Amino acid sequence: MITKNIQLDEQGRLKHFLSIEGFKRQHLISILDAAEPFANVQEQAVKKVPLLRGKTIVNLFFEASTRTRTTFELAAKRLSADVLNININTSATKKGESLLDMLHNLESMHCDMFVVRHNQSGAAHFIAQHVSPHISVINAGDGCHSHPSQAMLDMFTIRRHKKDFANLKVVIVGDILHSRVARSEMHALTTLGVSEIRVVGPKTLIPTGIDTFGVHVYHNLQEALVDADVIIMLRLQKERMQGALLPSEGEYYQHYGLTEKKLAYAKPDAIVMHPGPINRGVEIASSIADGPQSVILEQVTNGIAIRMAVMSQALGPGGSDSSRTGVNA
Amino acid sequence: MPDNHLLSLARQSEQLDISIINGRIIDPANQIDSHTDIHIQNGKILALGQAPDGFKAQKVIDATDRLVCPGLVDMRVRLREPGFETKGTIASETRAAAAGGVTSLCCPPDTNPIIDNAAMVKLIRLKAATEGVAKVYTLSALTQQLKGEKLSEMRELKDAGCVGTTNALTPVKSTLIMRRALEYAASHNITVFIHPFDPWLSDGCAHEGVVSTRLGLAGIPESAETIAIARDLQLIELIGGRVHFCQLSSAGSIQLIRQAQEAGLPVTADVTAHHLHLTEMDIGFFDSNCHVLPPLRTQRDMEALRHGVQSDILSCIVSDHQPHDSDAKLAPFAETEPGISGIETLLPLALKLIDSQNMSLMEVISRLTIQPARILNIAEGTLSTGQDADICIFDPEAYWRVEKEKFLSKGKNTPFHGWELKGQVEYTIKTGEIVFSRK
Repeated sequence: MITKNIQLDEQGRLKHFLSIEGFKRQHLISILDAAEPFANVQEQAVKKVPLLRGKTIVNLFFEASTRTRTTFELAAKRLSADVLNININTSATKKGESLLDMLHNLESMHCDMFVVRHNQSGAAHFIAQHVSPHISVINAGDGCHSHPSQAMLDMFTIRRHKKDFANLKVVIVGDILHSRVARSEMHALTTLGVSEIRVVGPKTLIPTGIDTFGVHVYHNLQEALVDADVIIMLRLQKERMQGALLPSEGEYYQHYGLTEKKLAYAKPDAIVMHPGPINRGVEIASSIADGPQSVILEQVTNGIAIRMAVMSQALGPGGSDSSRTGVNA
Repeated sequence: MPDNHLLSLARQSEQLDISIINGRIIDPANQIDSHTDIHIQNGKILALGQAPDGFKAQKVIDATDRLVCPGLVDMRVRLREPGFETKGTIASETRAAAAGGVTSLCCPPDTNPIIDNAAMVKLIRLKAATEGVAKVYTLSALTQQLKGEKLSEMRELKDAGCVGTTNALTPVKSTLIMRRALEYAASHNITVFIHPFDPWLSDGCAHEGVVSTRLGLAGIPESAETIAIARDLQLIELIGGRVHFCQLSSAGSIQLIRQAQEAGLPVTADVTAHHLHLTEMDIGFFDSNCHVLPPLRTQRDMEALRHGVQSDILSCIVSDHQPHDSDAKLAPFAETEPGISGIETLLPLALKLIDSQNMSLMEVISRLTIQPARILNIAEGTLSTGQDADICIFDPEAYWRVEKEKFLSKGKNTPFHGWELKGQVEYTIKTGEIVFSRK
């Protein structure tokens, strides 16, 4: 049984960032705090800081991604690291090379960090357990399991708008079953002390035992939206439409799509979030996605700051400068 | 029985006339539990108690403070040969069996090629006789190539030595073909071994519940098993015939089997040693050694399984030994191959029920010897005089730490690595030959 939290090193500092599960409140707060100065760096004319000069970061993407990969790349570059992008769809695993062989090859090129996205749950844990000890692994999404940097950038965005987590009502809408974002959000929100989390979707998209995450399950979006402070819409993957999970996009939009009419049930200052990419007219009305309550593009911007914070905590000198944000267990 | 010309090729057996003295003999088949001696001549049990006049032992084993029981009968063991020799061979895995106190084992037909013709049965029996150190029985494929479409020649396979028939881990989707297969098997008095998996609900890698939800793994609900059992029980009620349900994993399944047994249906069932001691929680953060089929379920299920063994609804404990090469477990959880290398931990894991369930030694040993032997309809599993001298001698008080590197099996895939277990095999004797000794 693997129970040890491999995400922290012996000194209690961030080593790997694989899932929100296993971090305490102060760990998450320290990442959010570390991201604040980086958010400001982005607004300066010279956006680079020299924290990770000489470090090599590999973006190892076994699954297609634009937003996540680009923001990780930008984050690394703004920290002055060298970045290598590898898209494995077109690479060696197609030729039968095993995942571990490929990792060992990259290790021998003296890389310092792997940012990994993979379609199998547990892939990032697996890689972290098998890489040589000097390498940090950041999970950029593994199967249906976890997407911790997405959850943290959402927490960062919520904190900028809502200040205090404790009294929030947060609603997560859509395909909870297949969503690594939803799982990470639920862990992050409960760890940060959010008082009420509601998840909404038809039973076909709600996994068994979800209540053990400390959330309330709704099958009716209007009811769930009453007095909501934060609404997180999830992406509905087109391929999910082909099975027996849902009858049609139209019926889904009718009942679980966010429209102006339904949004009126939430608090007037509620913010609307979406991890992207958006299916307009399936999950959300365009008028809301582009409207005043939407913080969707802000999420993307904040993603760079959060990823800079995570990378610098895992790779930074842990010494003198602003990277001294090491979480203390 | 093996053909004579096969026997003539057999590995030179080192049969000895042996006396095992001062041990505590437990033989559930004959309800014997006593401190006495046992004598072996020409590979057979000659006598219990005093040595007959004129008997001279070539070797005397002092079994003071040791238990002497029939060699274990393990109803489900993958030897991996033919077809998967990087995972295990008849030579390596029968030696692992001997180290675990197992003298008779039964392998399912999912080798490569599949055991759906008499030639395959003969090949495996020949290999076992020439290279193995345990008795190897086989089950035939229920359907050709295990495809669930056409019946195999199960009568010919029975005549070639198969002790039952099964579609192994591939469910027979068509209820009609399942019905025909059960009818045909019943006509020839062949026991059908069923792995209950609903084909449509079983497409996952972990129990559908708290852990699969937390880890984002595709789940297999309990109903994947209970639906399959319920369907087949209805067919058995219609047809009759001997059916054995393999490695149940859930409380609901025990309930169904209990009701069927109470209604007088000729059904039996077994459980693996690991399902008696592990739950979904043991997966932790994606421990691929806990990737098994059926999946490890909840604490409640585990307790129901233990209780099922105690109340004899589950009449056998099996290892479901599935050795793997290390690569098979080195991947993200869902991409790893399911199964545990379990034959060397079968006995001590079963013995844990003595403490946890208040079972007697006699009861636990019966689940590992005579009861599986009866279901397989083989003569082993007893210490009756005149029977083959298949004997396991173990120290019931010895504590030992499981170290996978020390397994004789080629498969080091065990979730029990590092566990401290009680009960250690010291000698294994098969037809009068010492096939394993610790010293």
